[in-house]
Amino acid sequence: MSPYSLSVKSMKHRMGSVVITVASLALGVALLLGVERIRNEARYGFTNTISETDLIVGARSGSVSLLLTSIFHIGNVTDNVSWETYQKIKTNPQVAWTIPISLGDSHKGYTVLGTNNGYFKHYKYGQKRMLALAEGEVLADTYDAVLGAEVAESLGYSIGQQIVLAHGSGELSFVEHTENPFTVVGVLKRTGTPIDQTVHVSLEGIEAIHLDFNNGEGHVHHAGCNHASHQKEASSIDAFDALLAGEEEVDLTPSEVTAFLVGMKSRSDAVMLQRAINVHDGEALTAVLPGVALTELWQVVGVVENILFVVSILVLFVSLASMFGALMMSIKERRREIAILRSVGARPRHIVSLVLGEAMLVTLSAIVLGAVLLYAALFALRPLIQERVGMWIEITPPTSTEWTMLGIIFCSGVVIALLPAWRCYRSSLSDGLTIKL
Amino acid sequence: MKGEIAVQLNNLRFAWEQEVVLELDRFEVRQGEKLFVGGPSGSGKSSLLSLLSGVAQPTSGSVELLGKNLSSMSDSQRDVFRADHVGYIFQMFNLIPFLSVLENVTLPLRFSNRRSARVSDAKAEGLRLLRHLGMEKFIERRVIDLSVGQQQRVAAARALIGGPEIVLADEPTSALDETNSRAFVDLLFQQCEDTGATLIFVSHDSILAERFDRSYLLGGEES
Ligand SMILES: Nc1ncnc2c1ncn2[C@@H]1O[C@H](COP(=O)(O)OP(=O)(O)OP(=O)(O)O)[C@@H](O)[C@H]1O
Ligand SMILES: [Mg+2]
Repeated sequence: MSPYSLSVKSMKHRMGSVVITVASLALGVALLLGVERIRNEARYGFTNTISETDLIVGARSGSVSLLLTSIFHIGNVTDNVSWETYQKIKTNPQVAWTIPISLGDSHKGYTVLGTNNGYFKHYKYGQKRMLALAEGEVLADTYDAVLGAEVAESLGYSIGQQIVLAHGSGELSFVEHTENPFTVVGVLKRTGTPIDQTVHVSLEGIEAIHLDFNNGEGHVHHAGCNHASHQKEASSIDAFDALLAGEEEVDLTPSEVTAFLVGMKSRSDAVMLQRAINVHDGEALTAVLPGVALTELWQVVGVVENILFVVSILVLFVSLASMFGALMMSIKERRREIAILRSVGARPRHIVSLVLGEAMLVTLSAIVLGAVLLYAALFALRPLIQERVGMWIEITPPTSTEWTMLGIIFCSGVVIALLPAWRCYRSSLSDGLTIKL
Repeated sequence: MKGEIAVQLNNLRFAWEQEVVLELDRFEVRQGEKLFVGGPSGSGKSSLLSLLSGVAQPTSGSVELLGKNLSSMSDSQRDVFRADHVGYIFQMFNLIPFLSVLENVTLPLRFSNRRSARVSDAKAEGLRLLRHLGMEKFIERRVIDLSVGQQQRVAAARALIGGPEIVLADEPTSALDETNSRAFVDLLFQQCEDTGATLIFVSHDSILAERFDRSYLLGGEES
């Protein structure tokens, strides 16, 4: 009979409480790893709100503020990039593709974003994930609109719905472009990014409603809007008439865009182009590397991560405390067993190896079980999370932080088990040998 | 070797908390002697055996076994000394519930090199003792699945294995019928004579006392 079999037989004898100890510890481990995963996914998801885009270009401003307006649609646009400059950069031989972005209108509080179909082709987020349509088509006509998942869901819109855009941002919109309703032609799948809260229309559509607006209401400035169309003089009256009459082709080429995204043919050229744009003599522009700016922004909102980290630490602490309780109980149960073994001559090292063996086995199986539990839960809940939150959780092996945490649990488990075992050994033998009723 | 002092107590006082349980000026047992210890319940018989085995410590006075003073040893030295030289049949048996009968019996051999050195084959020796006690049918059974009298015999076999110099038996026949009780005492005597062991036997059953070299009455007079 080996010491191993003595330990295993003893554990089998106390099966119920051993199982409870392992299960509660495993839950703690799963919770700890889960919180850690969420922390990583939150950071990862955030810093991958946009990916595969090499540069964001807008009017001169700070990199974070450009990111906030162009990608997160937060804050008001104050300056634009002229169409000519946009064309110049677009035709640069190193540039593979561009996506124009024109902001300033809203629909029931949701951002309206003017762009072209390059948006649906080139925009990527997360791990090179493309935008996908849940239903319908991409933009075809001037008055087509493609909705983000959240817009469609919370407003209850589907294909064919007529929507009216309002000038300016915010729920209490100022002037509505009632003359020219847009038709929903597509709804995007959930992405977990600000795209879910965006109404996408064509640049031409934006241009068209502002032509109409300028002519009908006169030249009015309002908050949250700096559309190029306002700066146009009444000269476009002809164009408007033509539009009303539906006669000839009207030139709906915008004169400005808010910002544009750039994809390079070779990623390594991005920094060079960025420098060129930033020191550009003509129009004052800012080009930012999205990855860098996102990380910068994450550091600003990083308090979320810190809170989650504190939660991780607390979970770790609670797991260890519950483990201490459980091991204390098991030692109490083993008191008599230990006393009997001592009475037949077991030395401290025998007792220690018995207790240590059990503690190692218990914590190790709890760690394995906890990890299995977490991965199983991730695997099972992944589609649901994707559907509800738009976050696709990658199933990856534990990170170094996670390994460290598991290591801490293992070591603490062993140390924690030794303390009561030692106390039990030190207490008088006759106490352990007397049956306490 | 017979004639030398195996167990000696001097000016011994023992108290549980404040209550004095035992006061013995002088108590000696010679090697190879068979001593019967009697006395009413609560007179301190079990306490005496606890002191003799080093499981409990005297409040004052000394306990000497085979010329060694137990009080001057550390806890773990006492554990080793007990495992090497003392076979103790506890009143409460103190068997390990999750081990089989045979595993319980051979347990002391795992922890005492001295006792295992006297036994060439642990399993065979355990079987031999169990057979003598009429327990050969139950060797693989867990001890919690035994009757009280059977458990008592397992405890006895565990105390005797490896031929310890001193055997302490705390009411080892309390749960046995008369026939089994006689057979048990026979075996105990046989074993002790074979190894020259000293036997200290605690019992309520004064009929058994006649068969011993000497009897000692706690809470009464020595006869
Ligand atoms: N663990 C203990 N704590 C406190 N007092 C104890 C303890 N064990 C025994 N005693 C007390 O010591 C006294 C002697 O007890 P002991 O067990 O030695 O008696 P005994 O002669 O063996 O009795 P019995 O024949 O019933 O087994 C008793 O009065 C008992 O109350
Ligand atoms: Mg007693």
